Amino acid sequence: MRVRTARPSQRDDMNTGNRSRARLARRGPAHRLAALVAGLLLLPVTALAERGPWHLNMPVGVTDISAEVYQLHMLILGICTAIGVLVFAVMIVSLVRHRKSRGVQPAQFTHSTRVEVIWTAIPVFILVGMAIPAAETLVKMEDTSGSEITVKVTGYQWLWHYEYLDDNIGFFSRLDADSDRARQLGSGISPFSVDNYLLEVDNRMVVPVDTKVRVLLTAGDVIHAWWVPDFAVKKDAIPGFINEVWFQSNETGVFRGQCAELCGRDHGFMPVVVEVVTREEYEDWVAERQAENGQPAAVAASR
Amino acid sequence: MSTASSHVDGHHEEHHPKGIVRWLTTTNHKDIGTMYLVFSLLMFFVGGAMALVIRAELFEPGLQFVHPEFFNQMTTMHALIMIFGAVMPAFVGLANWMIPLQVGAPDMALPRMNNLSFWILPFAFAMLLSTLFFDGGAPASGWTMYPPLIQQTGDAFPFLIFSVHLMGISSIMGAINIVVTILNMRAPGMTLLKMPLFTWTWLITAYLLIAVMPVLAGAVTMLLTDQFFGTSFFHAAGGGDPVMFQHIFWFFGHPEVYIMILPAFGIISEIIPTFARKPLFGYEAMVYATASIAFLSFIVWAHHMFTVGMPLAGQLFFMYATMLIAVPTGVKIFNWVATMWRGAMTFETPMLFAIAFLFLFTIGGFSGLMLAIVPADYQYHDSYFVVAHFHYVLVPGAVFAIMAGVYYWLPKWTGRMYNEKLGKVHFWLSVIGVNVAFFPQHFLGLAGMPRRIPDYATQFTNFNAISSVGAFMFGLSQLLFAYIIWRAVRGGEKATAEVWENTKGLEWTVPSPAPYHTFDEPPEVR
Repeated sequence: MRVRTARPSQRDDMNTGNRSRARLARRGPAHRLAALVAGLLLLPVTALAERGPWHLNMPVGVTDISAEVYQLHMLILGICTAIGVLVFAVMIVSLVRHRKSRGVQPAQFTHSTRVEVIWTAIPVFILVGMAIPAAETLVKMEDTSGSEITVKVTGYQWLWHYEYLDDNIGFFSRLDADSDRARQLGSGISPFSVDNYLLEVDNRMVVPVDTKVRVLLTAGDVIHAWWVPDFAVKKDAIPGFINEVWFQSNETGVFRGQCAELCGRDHGFMPVVVEVVTREEYEDWVAERQAENGQPAAVAASR
Repeated sequence: MSTASSHVDGHHEEHHPKGIVRWLTTTNHKDIGTMYLVFSLLMFFVGGAMALVIRAELFEPGLQFVHPEFFNQMTTMHALIMIFGAVMPAFVGLANWMIPLQVGAPDMALPRMNNLSFWILPFAFAMLLSTLFFDGGAPASGWTMYPPLIQQTGDAFPFLIFSVHLMGISSIMGAINIVVTILNMRAPGMTLLKMPLFTWTWLITAYLLIAVMPVLAGAVTMLLTDQFFGTSFFHAAGGGDPVMFQHIFWFFGHPEVYIMILPAFGIISEIIPTFARKPLFGYEAMVYATASIAFLSFIVWAHHMFTVGMPLAGQLFFMYATMLIAVPTGVKIFNWVATMWRGAMTFETPMLFAIAFLFLFTIGGFSGLMLAIVPADYQYHDSYFVVAHFHYVLVPGAVFAIMAGVYYWLPKWTGRMYNEKLGKVHFWLSVIGVNVAFFPQHFLGLAGMPRRIPDYATQFTNFNAISSVGAFMFGLSQLLFAYIIWRAVRGGEKATAEVWENTKGLEWTVPSPAPYHTFDEPPEVR
């Protein structure tokens, strides 16, 4: 079993980032603008730092599936970039060389069956090359068998309810109070002064590391979607229907996402936070929760 | 109709009503085309103002200007107005003006219906926009109108449904008119495979419209009866299925996407040969590629909803079918590049917009291909990556093509050249603005920012700030576009009949400005 690895320290980095941004915010817009410009110039360097304010790419994530999805994403991105570079290069050469101002006479050819067949056929092969690994990954993602824990997640306007079906635990999870205060129109509280602004909840979903967790998704009012980028899991929670997804985290840490289906006024304010802990910590947590008899006590306290 | 003598037409000209009555009662394709285009420009500014409200709020985290509910109204109305009020009417306006001129017909086949199909639109949009002042505000559930959320709309709900019905009726009538005109009123000798590509792409688009607008009408009618008449098409509690709405909606919605891009392909296929001074490469391949894209558009709809929980086989089918679209689309891009290749290009404003279209639509195409890959789509879906994707295909795609078409044909309409220098300034401001606005949104989406949110976590600040700057740059530079058009209407250098060097096609055989009545005698096409 792995212990807490890079994740928590990364999270600390992010918090430090937030704090330094908070300082910037206090120094007024001119400094922020200056920082923005400086940041732009540093872009090529800082882009490599994961989850910073210049984070560019899909996260590799912490599950085997999320790593596969990332590889797939990079593969397609690579192929598209290569084709793009090729096509754009031809266009740029043409734009430079084939202009009237250089005194060229326009050619008058109108078609060429051979080239047309070639540039119809080659893309088909490239597409097949993409489709095969994509289908393989998809088949794995859809296989929810062999899970050890099942959690039923219900979306409501605008909070989540988590129910551990085997352990008789249930609780609501909503935006934490600090974020909620800061996010009001004209609150006067800088979002930069709140740790994990809009990405923190009062009660996190807690699961053990290296364990296949099955999530059953449904909703009580309108359609929501449960998304944790680090698990490469996004699925709609639909009233009257139950969807299944699964993940198995290889690392402990706190992983954050958001509702990803427009669900009304506070759609932007219902984060998904999953805390992955060691098995021992998880068992302690379950015992603690059961001692509370499954009452969502923390929810009541936070309101 | 083509037998109407010049005497009768002269008679009409004399008793031509003046002022507002002329515009209310006109059955002339050029007048109606102009009205569509002016209406579309107006809606472009209204929808654009809403986009700027969105981008202003998203400039930094925290809520500064609007409440979340109003923000949702802005995203919903921005989309409805841009799609149904700006892009589609602009293409119909161009079709009205240019199709009769391109096929050598004296007017559209059904001129009175043409008048009606335009005049429905101002009422439809007045009704839709009026909901902003209602209790409970305008619709706020996204332009996709998914139930059950849409059922929470306040008084605006029936007005939304009725205005969508009206827009649909207008589109269907416009499409029927275009089909009938193209199939029945072509000049003698103009066989289908001699038609200009703008006409071709519109013929295919018109069939798409006739096929799918009734589907949208059906979907929203079911919403209406669910809301007011006790049915349960989409109510899970009554045995209905909310996902069924999404299937029906996207069965309309995906062809709709092509309705907004196929005429753009046509415009680009007209402009590039003109300014490359070289015939279009692979004309027939272009026609077949357009038809294949139209066919495929009917079997890919569920790629908009990979996260709803479809069976594996369904997801694989829609993934493969969607990926296939890359083939005919690629053929088109390659053909345009081959048209430019070894031409003798000049870079007037229409050509600049067409070239920007080629580059930027291709980028939108690539991100579209990425979105087709289901496992990756689970990450991209409903994130800013999608927002970046469809804005790349719609703004530097459809909208740039419309602008290219306007600059290209404006001298034919007004008889005056637009100011080339200002046109180029407009182009560069637009192309820089659009990229600054939308390129960073790819990064935001990949980093995990969901779409349709009024506020965001602080790590998304920088790219959002950049995106907002670009959006304002793009939005404000469109005022210049309006000014350039206004100046070309008021005066400027006189345009010749051909307007550009090396123009091909019947529209360039009539004087500039095109007289009120053209092709009273059908031209002969060799």
